[in-house]
This record gives sequence, C-alpha cells and structure tokens, in this order.
Amino acid sequence: MTTSVAATTPAWERLHPLSPVVRGGRAVIVLLFAIVAATGGGSQNGARTRLPIDGALIAFALVAGLVHWLVTKWSFDGVTLRIETGLLRRDARQVPVARVQAVDVVEPLLARWFGLAELQITVAGAGKNARLSYLGRDRALQVRNALLAAHHGQHPATPEPVEVAGLAVPTDRLVGSVLLSLPALVFVLLVVGVVVVALSAPHGLGGAIGVLVAYMFSTGALVWRRFNVLYGFTVGYAADGIRIRRGLLGNVAETVPYRRVQAVRQIEPLMWRPFGWCRLEVDLAGMPGRDRGQGSGRVRKTLLPVGDRATAAAIRGAVVAEPGCEPTPPPARARLKAPLSFHFLRAGHDEHVAVAVTGRFRRRTCWVPLDKVQSVRRVQGPLQRRLRLATVHVDVPGRDVEAAFRDRDEQEAASLVDEIADRSRTARSRVGPEPRPPAAGAPAPATTSPTASSGPTAPGATSPPAGWYADPSGRHRHRYWSGSAWTEHVHDEGPTTAVDPL
Amino acid sequence: MTTVESDTGWSGPSPKLWSMRRTEVLLLGALLLVVVLAATANGGPVAMGVGAGVAVVLTAVAGNFVRNRFRGWGYLEREEDLLVRRGVMIRRLSVVPYGRMQFVEVTAGVVERLFGISTVRLHTAAARSDARIPGLEPDEAARLRDRLAALGEAKAAGL
Repeated sequence: MTTSVAATTPAWERLHPLSPVVRGGRAVIVLLFAIVAATGGGSQNGARTRLPIDGALIAFALVAGLVHWLVTKWSFDGVTLRIETGLLRRDARQVPVARVQAVDVVEPLLARWFGLAELQITVAGAGKNARLSYLGRDRALQVRNALLAAHHGQHPATPEPVEVAGLAVPTDRLVGSVLLSLPALVFVLLVVGVVVVALSAPHGLGGAIGVLVAYMFSTGALVWRRFNVLYGFTVGYAADGIRIRRGLLGNVAETVPYRRVQAVRQIEPLMWRPFGWCRLEVDLAGMPGRDRGQGSGRVRKTLLPVGDRATAAAIRGAVVAEPGCEPTPPPARARLKAPLSFHFLRAGHDEHVAVAVTGRFRRRTCWVPLDKVQSVRRVQGPLQRRLRLATVHVDVPGRDVEAAFRDRDEQEAASLVDEIADRSRTARSRVGPEPRPPAAGAPAPATTSPTASSGPTAPGATSPPAGWYADPSGRHRHRYWSGSAWTEHVHDEGPTTAVDPL
Repeated sequence: MTTVESDTGWSGPSPKLWSMRRTEVLLLGALLLVVVLAATANGGPVAMGVGAGVAVVLTAVAGNFVRNRFRGWGYLEREEDLLVRRGVMIRRLSVVPYGRMQFVEVTAGVVERLFGISTVRLHTAAARSDARIPGLEPDEAARLRDRLAALGEAKAAGL
C-alpha cells in the first residue's frame, strides 16, 4: 500500500519473511511432541527408526511454507486488495474495498511469539475469507486501517480513528457461562460415568472406559476451546466499526463496520436464565445461497459472549436501532400450533427494523434492519390454515438468517408482507439513521449542537462519516462528529469521554 | 399498487408443466400396477383385482394432488418486486425486490426439455429467498430472465 490513491500501480509486497516458520511451525511442534514421546517412552529402537521420517516431515512442512511465501504477493492500491498465490495452480484474488464486510487481525500463539499476525478479510459473496498470513503485527494493523478507511470512502492513509472502550467481559462470568453450557454438562456427566465405571468394574469393561474417556477428552476440548477463544473479551467503538478483542493463547481483533451488520441475535439459554444472562451474535453477508457447502453463506460473529440484558442492549444499540414499538404476541389460538414456544413468541416492526422472538427452551430475539431485507415470505401450513394463522419470514443474507414472525393472524400476516416489503424498499432508498457508537459512561451522543454547522474541519471529504475526529475548538484531542454536526462529546487520553459543548 | 392478496394479474406456468407432471404420475402409476400385479400373482384373481384397484386409486389421488399443485403456482411482476406463490398443503408466498437479485438462472432438465419448458430461478444473497418459477415456455422464460436481469441492474442495492 502506498499513500497515493488508485491511479498509480501499487508495488507488490511479500508476506513477512518469518511466515514460513509460523506456517510450518504447527506441524513441527506436533512432530517434536511425537519424537519426544517416542524417545521418552523408552523404546529406543522405535525412536531411531522414526527420527528420519519425522525429520523429513518437518523439512517438508518448512519447505512447503517457504514455497508458499515465495509464490505469494499482495498489493493494495486504495480501491482493491490483490492477493496472488499458488505454485502450480495460480490463484489471483481481488477484493474491492466496497465488498469488505469485516477485517480481523488474528495472532495465533506461535505467530505472537514472532510478532506476526494474520489479516483475515470477510468479503461479501465469497465463501472464503481473504487471508494474508502472515504480516508483521504493525503492518497488519496498518493495512486493516487502510482497508477500513477506504471502505468508508476516506483516504487510505487516514489515521486510525480513536477507539472508545465499551465493555470487558469479566473472566469469572465467562467461566460461569462456559460451565453452564451443554458441552460442559456432557463433559461432567462423562467424567462421572468414567469414575463410576472404573469403580464398579476395575478389571472388566476396559473397552467401555476407553470410549468414555475418548468422548470425555473431545467434549473437554470443546469446552476449553470456547473458553480459550472468548477469554478477555472486550468491545470497543471506533468510527470505522465495532471492535472486538478476544483470545487467551492466540489473540483476535475483529472490526465490523456498523453498516455491514445484517442481523443481530440475542440468545438466552435455559441454563443461564436464573442469572439473567444472554449472548449476542451478529450476522454479516457471506456467500449467496447457491453454494450449499457446510458453513458457507453465513458469517457469524460473537458480539457479547455473556452479559446481562442491559449490557446487551447497550452494545446492540451501536449496530441496530431499537424498534419504536413493543413486540406483540400472536393470537392465543397459536398456542395449539406452537404449544412449546408460544410463551416466547413475539414480533414487531417499525420503519427501520423488524424484531422477532422465537424459541422453545432458549429465547432467541432477532433484529433485522429493514434496509438489509432480501426477501419476505409468507408460509401457511395445513394446521395454520385451520387456525387462520400464518408465519412471515424476513430474510437477510446468508443461510437460515431471518426474523420469523411466527403464527401471526392470517389477516395480519397478509398485510405484514406488504408492509415490510414496502418499508424495506423505502429504508433501502433512504438508508435509516446511522447507528452511533455509544460513548462510555455517557448517554448516546445526540446531535445537540445543530448551530455548529460551520462545516467539518475533519480529515477526508466534504461530509465525513460519523466518528471521532480532531476537536475543531482545540480544547480537546477529539470531538464526536455525528455525520452532519459536531456534538458535545469529547475525548482526551484514556478510555473515558466527557461532555463539553462547543 | 396491487397488494399480495389481489388475485388479478397473476400468471401461471404453461399447461405443458401439467402434461409433464401427468405423464410422470401415469408412468409411476403404471409401474406401481405392474409391481402390485406381480406381487399378488400367486393370490388368485381377487387379490390381483384388489391390488390393481389400490394402485389405480393411489395414482388418481397423486394425480389430483399434482394438478392442485400445478394450479397453485403463480407469479406476479410488480413495479418493485416479484411475487411467487406455490403450494397446496403448505402455501408459500415470496416477495423478492428486483434490487436484491444477485443473478437469474434458467434451467431445463432432460424431461423438461422433452416437454419444451424450463425453470426460472431468482437468487438473492439470502439462501432462503426461494423464488422459483417452473414450467415456463422458452419464450416466456427468456422474456422473464431478460426483464428481471434488466430490472435487477436498474434497481440494484448494495448489501
């Protein structure tokens, strides 16, 4: 990436020279463990015969990493990120910044030791993330900022916007939430099972114990993975998107531009209900529906692994507006159609957003911004027809991503289809109010100073997007620009914001 | 503007689709009849008669269902979106805005080609959008494809 935009042909860059070491590193570590286990296990003969094979495998892993490094190059000209790779089958990938949906900086443990990081870019209409593995950590952050700035129509060399700390998930709560999950429950049951079997039949049943132990380890790994991935979860708000950081052994820093969120889901599992905890997920645009492969077509990111409803509402507010009306339950006769989920069913919408609550044991609430709606469907089964009910699905990009207005009255469903189709059209053409990053410890920034319309002195074009910019009054480091006017919210050093009207 | 409930202006698939489905049902019914007769051959003429009767009734029921299904299909091109309805037991109606279309696909399988019809399918970024119109005459399919593609381009909206 150079500082000039578009016109000039950018210089091709290579990945970081240490990336072959990190790429091959995982294989090397596994093999080293195997060697140590073999030699430590006492069978000297076995070790002696294994050693050359393992050595050859390690060499192969390193050479493969080296070849990948040699044949891979990338460039970013401010409009398109190009990645070319492949030795025998060349793979040239072009990622226009407009199609970028999220940018992640991923640092696995080994990469962290070498100060490297992988850049993963979620692209609309592509099944696979575009990856640059690995770059130097600082370079990765630089490229991320350039991509996000260009995505928002700013100069790629725009300095990184200030980030306001949102929240950090306390470790004890995370531990509690992970332990109160299905895999953890199964794990505990398996441990009990192993102990019981071992005590009741110390000599026989060796096979049964073996199977139980194997299951125990795999579910244990699942529980550990969840903890490892979500450890140290923090959310921050910057002008270019919502920022998520997480990870115990490896670090992940995710940035999701606010307008790229297709749907927000809040899930309240049964076991968390006594504590009033919930989880937040966002969906981003991935692959269109044609590809039916596993895991394609849906890019899901955790916005909050565990938290109370007030916290979830605060974070949600940054990406989706709350509907102006209270969601309503379906008619009472829907109880016959959906006896198990009736108590949860709610749905409602306004001009900007539709919200629907479903679920049997876990309550799932889904918010869909109407300007993201891809299609509206009404479905009526035989039982529903007898009960004069119908379900309206509001689809957004991805597989199985939707807000479902379940078992509404037939008449209501009919007008709902028209109304939502109509409102999503107007929402598309107008593109509703920009969701704003809430400032920590302060109410959501409101445009309270419409008089200060002297125009922005912020970097970029004539009307830069909402965000934190250098304070035009000079009293503070940064001031919040609402997209059309400066607000009273200012920010200096540290994680807090203050209020100081212009 | 017409609402999704209005009954005017809807187009349906070509009668050739009904011919195709009818042929399929009749062929399957004939196959069923042969199998039933072969299975009951040892049981004497009464068993064979009952078996044949059951096969015929099943075929008739299937034929009736298929005819209702054929009649259930419909599509309506509105100003901003395409409506597609289908189904007998489970009634479905999809509203797909032209601007949301990723691409239009026209397919014709071996049997469909034999009967001279094809299927038009609309794809959006949502996998569940489910806008498929089967049994269109080639001319109508081509017209629909071109019109949808043109409208999709004119009204295209980003994700």
